[in-house]
Amino acid sequence: MLRLDGINKIFGGLTALEDVSLSVTKGSITGIIGPNGAGKTTLFNIVTGLYTQTSGQVYLGEKNISLLAAEALASLGLVRTFQNIELFGQMTVLENVMVGLHTKSKSGIFSCAFKLPGQIREEKYIKEKALHWLEFTGLAELADQTAGSLPFGKGRLLEISRALAVEPQIILMDEPAAGLNSRETIELAGLIRRIKELGITVVLVEHDMELVMDICESIIVLNLGRKLAEGTPREIQENQAVIAAYLGES
Amino acid sequence: MDNSSQLAQYILSGLSNGAIYALIGFGFAIIHNATGIINFAQGEFVMLGGMLTIFFLVFLQLPLVPAIALAITLATVVGIVFERLAIRPLKNAKPLSLIIITIGASIFLRGAAMLIWGKDTHALPPFSGNDPLYIAGATILPQHLWIFGISILIIILNKAFFNFTITGKAMRACAYNSYAASLVGIDVKIMVLLSFVISAAIGSMAGIIIAPLTMTSYDVGIMLGLKGFIAVIIGGMSSGLGTVLGGLLLGLLESLGAGYISASYKDAIAFIILLLILFVRPEGLFKKKETQRV
Amino acid sequence: MTKEKRQILIFLFFAAAVLATPLFLKGSYFLNVLVFIGINTMLAVALNLLLGYAGQISLGHAAFFGLGAYISGILTTRFAIDPWQAMGLAGFCSAGLAFVIGFPILKLKGHYLAMATLGFGIIMYITFNETVGWTGGPSGLSGIPNLHIGSLIFDNDWNNYYLIWIFTLGVMLLSINLSQSRIGRALRAIHDSEVAARVMGVNARVLKVQIFTVSALLSAIAGSLYAHTMTFISPVAFGFNFSVELVTMVIIGGLGSIYGSFLGAAILTMLPELLRVFKDFDIVLYGLMLILITMYMPGGLISGLSMLAKFVASKIRGKQSNA
Repeated sequence: MLRLDGINKIFGGLTALEDVSLSVTKGSITGIIGPNGAGKTTLFNIVTGLYTQTSGQVYLGEKNISLLAAEALASLGLVRTFQNIELFGQMTVLENVMVGLHTKSKSGIFSCAFKLPGQIREEKYIKEKALHWLEFTGLAELADQTAGSLPFGKGRLLEISRALAVEPQIILMDEPAAGLNSRETIELAGLIRRIKELGITVVLVEHDMELVMDICESIIVLNLGRKLAEGTPREIQENQAVIAAYLGES
Repeated sequence: MDNSSQLAQYILSGLSNGAIYALIGFGFAIIHNATGIINFAQGEFVMLGGMLTIFFLVFLQLPLVPAIALAITLATVVGIVFERLAIRPLKNAKPLSLIIITIGASIFLRGAAMLIWGKDTHALPPFSGNDPLYIAGATILPQHLWIFGISILIIILNKAFFNFTITGKAMRACAYNSYAASLVGIDVKIMVLLSFVISAAIGSMAGIIIAPLTMTSYDVGIMLGLKGFIAVIIGGMSSGLGTVLGGLLLGLLESLGAGYISASYKDAIAFIILLLILFVRPEGLFKKKETQRV
Repeated sequence: MTKEKRQILIFLFFAAAVLATPLFLKGSYFLNVLVFIGINTMLAVALNLLLGYAGQISLGHAAFFGLGAYISGILTTRFAIDPWQAMGLAGFCSAGLAFVIGFPILKLKGHYLAMATLGFGIIMYITFNETVGWTGGPSGLSGIPNLHIGSLIFDNDWNNYYLIWIFTLGVMLLSINLSQSRIGRALRAIHDSEVAARVMGVNARVLKVQIFTVSALLSAIAGSLYAHTMTFISPVAFGFNFSVELVTMVIIGGLGSIYGSFLGAAILTMLPELLRVFKDFDIVLYGLMLILITMYMPGGLISGLSMLAKFVASKIRGKQSNA
């Protein structure tokens, strides 16, 4: 589904990522873990078009997306959520999800301004779909609340709803459990499993080891910008190099 | 006037205007480096320098030097009040809000000046008379020498302050990373205030030394402020050599353009330069391209 | 009642009030002021699309207003082109210019964008002033013909009021539609978090230029209407001061609020009238208003009014439940 080939990223004098290659199986839940500063978020930013890699290729399915800018990726089925949730704070919960349907709609300035019949139909469709995704994550009652006023945990769920509205093939989540309490984390795990059941590939960067070991089928470990190990949760837990990397860090 | 002395004259006026633009540009750079904001009201400090000096000179009949000193002091006080009332409470506001506030302050100061002193232009008498010197065909007035002399002095003092004094270095530390600076004990709030003090002082001085040549009125702040901004953009938002070169370059291009292309489009030349720089090389001509760290 | 139905109702009520007002003001000087409020509202709404929704600051919007006015004025006086066709051309040219400079200028952000638009505005102003052969320079351009539909000539306050306000109501309605649509959401998304908007597939760069173009188009049409109503234009009306006035209207009315733009336009248009004795205080007041509103009521007066309305409503409800 997703393949990275020899990704390097150098910032000035700092090598953030060095020759990282990995691949993600379609329909799986894959975790990317590693000590702080390992380059996980940088990797995400490169895959999602927000940074440009210094060298290396990124493939989504068969398509080489290495040089595509961020806005081109949603229509190709790639979407992400952010570590510090990036909600559209001034808009309502429902409207946030409706923005997720931007690539599923095409009314332009003219048809929107003049409320042409096609636009009215499309608007109805967008609203229905958005409500559907809010129901999926359990936020339907909060549809008319201002996104900025949501408690953190709900804000996370909203970001996920919004991403799901894109109807992606693959969703990248950057530390989705950060800031969640244990109950919310368990609910998150359940949600991620339900997302997998929809046929969507999930990749998560995470620090919460319980969550990772619980739901991930495959884990990739990064350390100091390099891929250290790759395997099943059991294999990773028993990998000496990984243990050393984490212990050596503290 | 023959061609070469005409050219010399254009160069002279270009350089002296350029020196002023550079000084105004310092004001922008110092505040921007300390706070991250562009102080739209910078031009008004320049205006206040000239207008207040005239006020003290004419109305209170003070001699020149005390009038100047008082004018700079008062302009600096205005800067402090502005920082305390409008900037400090809004440190965490949206960038758009900060822009609007400094624009609002600039308008307010201009409006206040208009109320107090009316719309007339005023002339500040030259510091030491009007007997010209003739060098290379150009007519150099004593005021030109004052402009160059004081500008060089301010540039040197500026460099000395930021490189050789503890306070100056502390301000530079804040510019790089205000959080880290506060961790080592630097009072960021004072540094911000100080940046406004220095910018207001330099700005008002610039306004004073150019006033005898170009007349002053309540609305000179807009154009001068903008041109100072252009100078600092060319120079890469530095409070050093880059901006000096930026100012001189702007002054020269303007002067030569006005002389050889069209005098009425003089101001347009400056803004076309602004747009070109912002479109093509917003980090300025004299700065090496920095790579962005995350 | 759904939100959409309520919005339509509010608009119809507003439009009815606007269309009915002249009936109560026959022959009054105030009608003339309302014509200006109409033009300023149209300009403020156009700017609001850019400033309020997309969050991009423009300190040079008077330039498009002036461009529309001058193109219309020049085409109708020097080339005897039909005024309506001239308006179309004026809009088209302004939109074209906006489209071309939009790409490089909207790459800039924050203060740099503000300065660049300011510089653009001043360049246009100088052009208006200096191309005396075309524009008449500082003395202005006079003899601009009135608009007419058949035998109905728009040459008096009554006719002009309806001419201007029908356009303005149209622009307001289109903007309200736009704000509630996919495009409006995309613009507000860019404003709140450009990075997240991009990840959702919103092409921020192109959309910003599109809205800038639309905003310029509407401003130019306002300029054209202004030229044909006043029959005389001069560069003074199209300079930096007016650009700042427009920003002030949008800010004090409320960023992103169409009715707020009307409020802001109304207040700033009437202020010189109300303060006629204190004419010189206008600049100081603009500055003060910008600062105070931004500091203490960032949602503008419209948000203040709606808070007041909610407060009053809750008090009434409180009294009713106690009674």
